[in-house]
Amino acid sequence: MAKRMLLGAAAVLLVIAAAYASFFVAPQERTMGVLQRIFYFHVSCAWAGLTAFSIGFLANLLYVWKRKQKYDWLGVSCVEVGVAFTTVVLISGPIWAKPAWGIYWTWDARLTSTFILWLLYISYLLLRTLIEEPDRRALLSALFGIFAFIDVPIVFGAIRWWRTQHPAPVIMGGPNSGLAAGMVPTFFFAVFAMHVFMWFLIAERYSLEKMRSDVELLRQEAEVT
Amino acid sequence: MGLLSNAGALLGKEVRTEFRSRELLSTTIVFVLIVVVLFSFTFDPTANESRRFGPGLLWLAFLFAASLMLQPCFLREQVNDTLSALRLAVSDPFAIFLAKIGANTLFLLLTELLMLPVFAALFNVSFRGQLPGILLTFFLGSLGISVAGTALAAISAQARMRELLLPLLLLPLLAPILVASTEVTVSLMGPEPFMQWKGIGFLVVFDVVFLTALWLFGEYLLEE
Repeated sequence: MAKRMLLGAAAVLLVIAAAYASFFVAPQERTMGVLQRIFYFHVSCAWAGLTAFSIGFLANLLYVWKRKQKYDWLGVSCVEVGVAFTTVVLISGPIWAKPAWGIYWTWDARLTSTFILWLLYISYLLLRTLIEEPDRRALLSALFGIFAFIDVPIVFGAIRWWRTQHPAPVIMGGPNSGLAAGMVPTFFFAVFAMHVFMWFLIAERYSLEKMRSDVELLRQEAEVT
Repeated sequence: MGLLSNAGALLGKEVRTEFRSRELLSTTIVFVLIVVVLFSFTFDPTANESRRFGPGLLWLAFLFAASLMLQPCFLREQVNDTLSALRLAVSDPFAIFLAKIGANTLFLLLTELLMLPVFAALFNVSFRGQLPGILLTFFLGSLGISVAGTALAAISAQARMRELLLPLLLLPLLAPILVASTEVTVSLMGPEPFMQWKGIGFLVVFDVVFLTALWLFGEYLLEE
């Protein structure tokens, strides 16, 4: 319990510190001004989401291989947290894009594949609600998670190949493409803070899932006796 | 008994079952026809517009049709619990998948080939001289749809709300197929048709990746 409290407090403090750094420490961007500061939040959430999905993918593989319940709990926790972070990304992106590009959305490779990624994992969560039996739910959702994860790079490739003929976002094309030296420490600090926060959320969600499964077990025992 | 001879025998069984009633094929063909006709109301179907939008709409219709047509491939086995018998009969469960993928690709391809002249006539699109390219694209696209779709049909067959669930799982997964096959078909039906080999390569990559994934994980999909 104490450990969880500590992790939670550290995560919240780190995110607050990262917010402070992105507003007051990082230098002002020349053309976009204050608008660019959402970048620290947006990109760190995107990276945290991708990390969560990657851990989830490993958990899915481990579940299929070892059939230990804990990998199922880890898998669903990672996907839920990943979906939450990706939702933040999909909302904070357009908030930045409207003033910067003049439009909320463009069907560029990165945006579109993030959207498809999000849809695939929403389907994963829906699939879990539609299978009653815990073992079957764990196995089938793990397998779908594996298929979904290997699909994402193919989606990215397809859209990058055919759908990005228009000049891709020039400003901030990539996190490292034009990042001024003064912005680098704040950026990586924000990424680190968001990862700690992500880990805290996954840990909380994991213990919730474990508790849920314990309750289910107790209920079944009560019904038998 | 090798994997391929097992799969061949099972493929024969799938095809015989379907051609006894032909209910899957006839409903799918009518479904695609309806979708294609309805699509014509959503834009001005002149030759130029059709060349731009037609192939995309056609592939979208195929995708929707597939997400309905793939439903029964495992549900049919549930009625008399024939799936357990199949599993006992073959040494490698991948043979069951290969047979179902083969049958689904065949049914999908038949639907597409019957719809192609109708589509070309209705939307005034010409594919003269491009038939080999179109056949190749249709085959690779349908194979990709069937590989991913058969795997997901095995998942959705074991869940509630399965009729709605399969399209939900399948359609986002097939986004790359839709993009690639549409682009290849557009270039084949354009005013100066040409073969987009990188698109064909892309479809091959998708098919190989998902076939490999199914070969690795397929047996777990059929676990009791």
